[in-house]
Amino acid sequence: MKDLQEQDKQELVQQERGIFNSPLQRRSFLQFAGASAAGIALIAAGCKKDHGTDMPVISGGVTLDFKDDFGVLNYAYALEQLEAAFYIQVASNPPSGFSTIERAYFQDIQFHEIAHREFFKNALSTAAVGSLAVDFSSINFSDRLSVLNAAKAFEDLGVAAYNGAGVRIKSDTYLGLAGKIVSVEARHAAYIRDLITPGSFAASDVIDANGLDQALTPDKVIAAAQKFVKTKINIINL
Amino acid sequence: MNIINIIEEIEKVDGEVYERLSPRRSAMKDFYDMGKKVALAAMPLALGSMFTKAYGQTLPSAVVDTLNFALTLEYLEYHFYNHAVVAAPGLIPTGAPFAAISNIRDHEQAHVNLLKGALGGSAIPAKAYTDFDYTAKGTFGDVYTNYATFLAVAQAFEDTGVRAYKGQAPVLKGMPVLTTALQIHSVEARHAAHIRYMRAGNGVAIKPWISLGPGGSSNDSGVSAADAVYAGENLTVQATINIVGINGNAGITAAAAAECFDEPLAKADVLTIAGLFIR
Repeated sequence: MKDLQEQDKQELVQQERGIFNSPLQRRSFLQFAGASAAGIALIAAGCKKDHGTDMPVISGGVTLDFKDDFGVLNYAYALEQLEAAFYIQVASNPPSGFSTIERAYFQDIQFHEIAHREFFKNALSTAAVGSLAVDFSSINFSDRLSVLNAAKAFEDLGVAAYNGAGVRIKSDTYLGLAGKIVSVEARHAAYIRDLITPGSFAASDVIDANGLDQALTPDKVIAAAQKFVKTKINIINL
Repeated sequence: MNIINIIEEIEKVDGEVYERLSPRRSAMKDFYDMGKKVALAAMPLALGSMFTKAYGQTLPSAVVDTLNFALTLEYLEYHFYNHAVVAAPGLIPTGAPFAAISNIRDHEQAHVNLLKGALGGSAIPAKAYTDFDYTAKGTFGDVYTNYATFLAVAQAFEDTGVRAYKGQAPVLKGMPVLTTALQIHSVEARHAAHIRYMRAGNGVAIKPWISLGPGGSSNDSGVSAADAVYAGENLTVQATINIVGINGNAGITAAAAAECFDEPLAKADVLTIAGLFIR
C-alpha cells in the first residue's frame, strides 16, 4: 500500500505538470493515433480553451471528461487500475482454497491487468488521470468464494464497460485496442464464472435472450465500481 | 431489450431518428403491439423490420457487407453445434458438456436471428447444415465421432469468431450497430474460453486465453491445421508500445504480453478459414 501511495503522489505531480504542456502532448498522442493534421490542430486548440472552462479540478477526485477519446481511454485506465490492484492482492496472497492451477491462472490474469493498466498509462502520457486509491474492504481475500465473486463482478463489469464505451471511440487505433482488450476480459470472466458455477461462463444473468453480452454506459459502470474506489470519480461531458 | 434506450442511442448519431420513424407511425404501432404479444425470441426480427422500414435502403453497403459476413460465420457456428447436439449421439458427454454446447448453440442461433433481423431484405440466403463440410475435406474426418476433434474445431471456430468481429469494429465505428457487434464479440470470447476450459478438462494443455505456442509461435491450440486461425496472435507490441516488461514489470513475459491482447483478423483471412468448411 505504501508503494501505491508513493506512486499516487508521483502521478499527481506528473498530472499537474501535464496541465501546462498538455496541448503539445495531446498533439503527439493524436499523431500516433493516426488523426489528420487539420484535426489535430483543431482538437489541440479546443483543449487549450477547455482547460480554462469546462475542466474543473475537483479536489480529492479524478475527472473523466468524455468529450473526446482521452476521456474514454482514461475511463479504461481507471478500470484497469482497479482490476490490477485487485489481482495483485489476490496473486500475492491467494486464498488457501485455491488450487495450483487457480494460483497460476490468477497470476496470469494479474499480469494481463497490469499490462493493460501500464499500456493506457503510457499511451495517455501526461493526459492520464492519477492513480486511484482502492477500497477492497468488502472482499475477504482469504476466502476463495469471496475472491471469485469479486473477480466475477470486476470482469463482467469490465466487459460491459468496454462494450458500452466502444461506440464513443473516434480513433480506429484505439477502437481496435479496446477490442483487443475486451475479449481478454471476457475470457477472464468466463473462466472465473466456471470456477464459481461450472457452465456459467455465459449464463442468462449476463447474456440476454438475443445472445448479447451486457453493454453499460460509463455512469452506470462508475456507479458500480465506486464502492471499490476511495477516490471520487467524476464524469463530465457524457 | 429496452427499445427506448436503443432509439435514444440511435438519436446520438442520427438526430432525425424520430422523424424517420414518425412518418411510418404504423411501423412503430405494429412494433409496440407486437411487443405485447410475441415471445422475446422474436423481438430482434420485429425490431429489425421496424428499423428497415424507418431507414429503408439507408444502411450503408459497408455495414450490410459486414453484417452479412458476420451472419455467414454465425450460420457456420450454429450448424456446427446444432448437428453435434441433435445428430451425433454419444459425441458430447451428457451433463455439463452437453449443456454447455447446447447453450452455445442457442447463442449462435440467437445471433443468426438478430443479424437476419437487422439486415432484413439485405440478408444473405439462409444456410443449412448441408451447405457446410465440417470435416474440412477430411482434415477433421472424425469431427462428429471424436469428442477431442470436435472440441478442437469448436475452439478454432470461436477464436476465429472473436478475431473476425474485432476486425470489423472500425467499419462500424460510431454506429449503434457497433455496440451490438461488440456484445456478440464478447460472447464469442466467453465461448472460446469455455471451449478451451473443456479441452483442458479433456487432457489438452491449453489456457482459457490465447497464449504462445511452442517456441513462441502464434498457435497455442496444439492443432497445426489451425495455424491460420492464430496467425499474428503472438504480437507483443501494441500501438508502438512494447508490452513485454512494460514499465519495469518483469513478470510480463512474452507469453503474458501475447495473452493480454487478442488480435483481429482481416475479413479475407477469416473467409479463407471459413471457406475450408463451406461446400
